[in-house]
Amino acid sequence: MNGNEPSPGETLMNIVVPLQQTPDLVEELEINADGTDIDRDAVTLQLSEWDGQALEEALLLKEAGAGSVTAVTIDGGEADAILFTALAKGVDRAVKLKPSGDAPTGLDHHALARLLAAAVAQLGADLVLTGVQSVEDLDGQLPVLLAAMLGWPHVSVVTGTELRGGAIAVKQEYSGGVMAELEARLPAVIGIQAARQAPRYAPVSKVRQIQKTAKLEEMPVEAPSGEAGLKIRRVFKPEIAGRAEILEGEPAEIAAKLVSLLKDRGLAI
Amino acid sequence: MAADVAVVVEHLNGTIAEVSFEMLGQGKRLAAALGGKLRAIVLGRDARAAAEACGTADAVLYVEHEALGGFDPEAHGKALAALCAESAPAVVLVGNSSKGMDLAPDLAVALGVPVVTNVGAVAIEGGTIVATSRLYGGKIHAEVQVAGGRAVLSVLAGAFPAEAGKSDRPAAVEGVAPPADLASRIAFQRLIEPEAADVDITKEDVLVSVGRGIQDKDNLEIVQELADALGCPLSASRPLVDLGWMPKSRQVGKSGVTVKPKLYIAIGISGAPEHVQGMKDAATIVAINSDPKAPIFDVAHYGVAADLFDVVPALTEKVRELKG
Ligand SMILES: Cc1cc2nc3c(=O)[nH]c(=O)nc-3n(C[C@H](O)[C@H](O)[C@H](O)COP(=O)(O)OP(=O)(O)OC[C@H]3O[C@@H](n4cnc5c(N)ncnc54)[C@H](O)[C@@H]3O)c2cc1C
Repeated sequence: MNGNEPSPGETLMNIVVPLQQTPDLVEELEINADGTDIDRDAVTLQLSEWDGQALEEALLLKEAGAGSVTAVTIDGGEADAILFTALAKGVDRAVKLKPSGDAPTGLDHHALARLLAAAVAQLGADLVLTGVQSVEDLDGQLPVLLAAMLGWPHVSVVTGTELRGGAIAVKQEYSGGVMAELEARLPAVIGIQAARQAPRYAPVSKVRQIQKTAKLEEMPVEAPSGEAGLKIRRVFKPEIAGRAEILEGEPAEIAAKLVSLLKDRGLAI
Repeated sequence: MAADVAVVVEHLNGTIAEVSFEMLGQGKRLAAALGGKLRAIVLGRDARAAAEACGTADAVLYVEHEALGGFDPEAHGKALAALCAESAPAVVLVGNSSKGMDLAPDLAVALGVPVVTNVGAVAIEGGTIVATSRLYGGKIHAEVQVAGGRAVLSVLAGAFPAEAGKSDRPAAVEGVAPPADLASRIAFQRLIEPEAADVDITKEDVLVSVGRGIQDKDNLEIVQELADALGCPLSASRPLVDLGWMPKSRQVGKSGVTVKPKLYIAIGISGAPEHVQGMKDAATIVAINSDPKAPIFDVAHYGVAADLFDVVPALTEKVRELKG
């Protein structure tokens, strides 16, 4: 989509991008002692994949002249690294949210949305872009909860945006490659599935340099209490249904076994 | 009343989404367990035709309005909230689809009831709603108990059998007037159909499917050689499409296409629910993944827990030998 340039006299907007830190799934996740959460002391946190897409889409809007981009994340974990990287990629402001009490756990998106709603109001956002989902969606996807709490319109599973005056045009993806074009009046929350282009890469040297010169802002926020209405009985690793027959051996042996299996079943060979 | 179950039926161009039948079947069981009725809810400009196809439900409520023509999350959200506020079902089942993602958390906040997302199992235990959510790409599940006896459940496609929700029984349909306020800050503009693709992967007998485990665009060569040896096209998981390494028409899964080939070879694909939804019904599934705990091994018939860069070239060689 083109034509993002605001017309003369139009006020530039403030795009806020909440960034969630979620466990790296490449590593084996463990369950905590009482079986009600993953073991949060043992996980490696990283920027949620879809939030990385949202950040890229926000930067594309900024580059088209939309206004400024503010990245926010809750203090702790990889907050500094994630925010310095966001600065290196081109955001204007990077804000660490400091909750007054315990930060919401990854499995309480109601609390997270409540906290972010307060931050978004304080930051005076016109538009919020964030990942359409995270790997921790137990009690609702964040963008929709956030919009509901702010009383703003929302569109999920978006793969491209374009600003048109006081509105944002978006492409919402259904299945089978079918899409819809919608226009939402601002302020709005958009749940990004994928940016128009793959997220840009910030070279380590640039991140290091930013780390030396830039300072992260800090913003106190009230820690919300639980309102999700869910009691976690147990968190567990699903038993592998054991459906797959695992073929063992050296690569050549495995290949031979597999090929003869397929041949016996009249498949492809 | 507070023992009833409602299913939000999703339809596009006159076709009802498979997940809706899956939910109708499961909804029937939940309603029986709660001692209530199963209601289907259909919204649209022409909702009646879709409503007629929901014979499994005890009653089908449909709301027709110009504003509900295309999917506008705000207008649909308002219509749904009004219906559910009035009938106050104990459980509302919504598919965790693109539209459902916009509807479920919103409805829960509007009704002031909890929402459980990524639901793969649900039971009623002594009147309490207990749901299991598949998290972390399917690697960890959470079993939760809902406070207050009412909930919105966002259900994963493929979690329940669709057959149980299909019925030839004539549906008891009932037109319901839309709420007075359907005003929306969102305007649905148009539907964009996909461009015709070079190959239609839904029509292939064999697919070699590749995921992020391939690591680099140049490495696609390795899987392409296997596909060539087998005489089939390549398909892919979503991230490869987002990276621009593979065309959209080759994407298998929730936002891609559903395939049912005789043979599906998943290479470097973890088996996230969104992918599995699109390939779990393939007749024979082979998975090659270096992580022995990858969820893909749950749906695969044959698994190879090893490095694809070792196994795939060896496999290609063997196939070539055999095919001469
Ligand atoms: C609304 C929505 C719709 C979506 N629709 C789809 C969809 O249609 N289709 C889809 O696929 N996804 C879809 N997704 C994305 C989905 O959630 C997952 O992110 C995606 O399926 C993961 O793809 P993957 O398995 O290729 O990557 P990963 O999850 O990153 O898995 C890569 C795998 O490769 C393995 N691996 C790494 N190195 C090697 C090696 N050397 N040898 C062997 N194995 C190796 C790893 O163990 C890992 O299991 C959707 C998401 C959303 C939010």
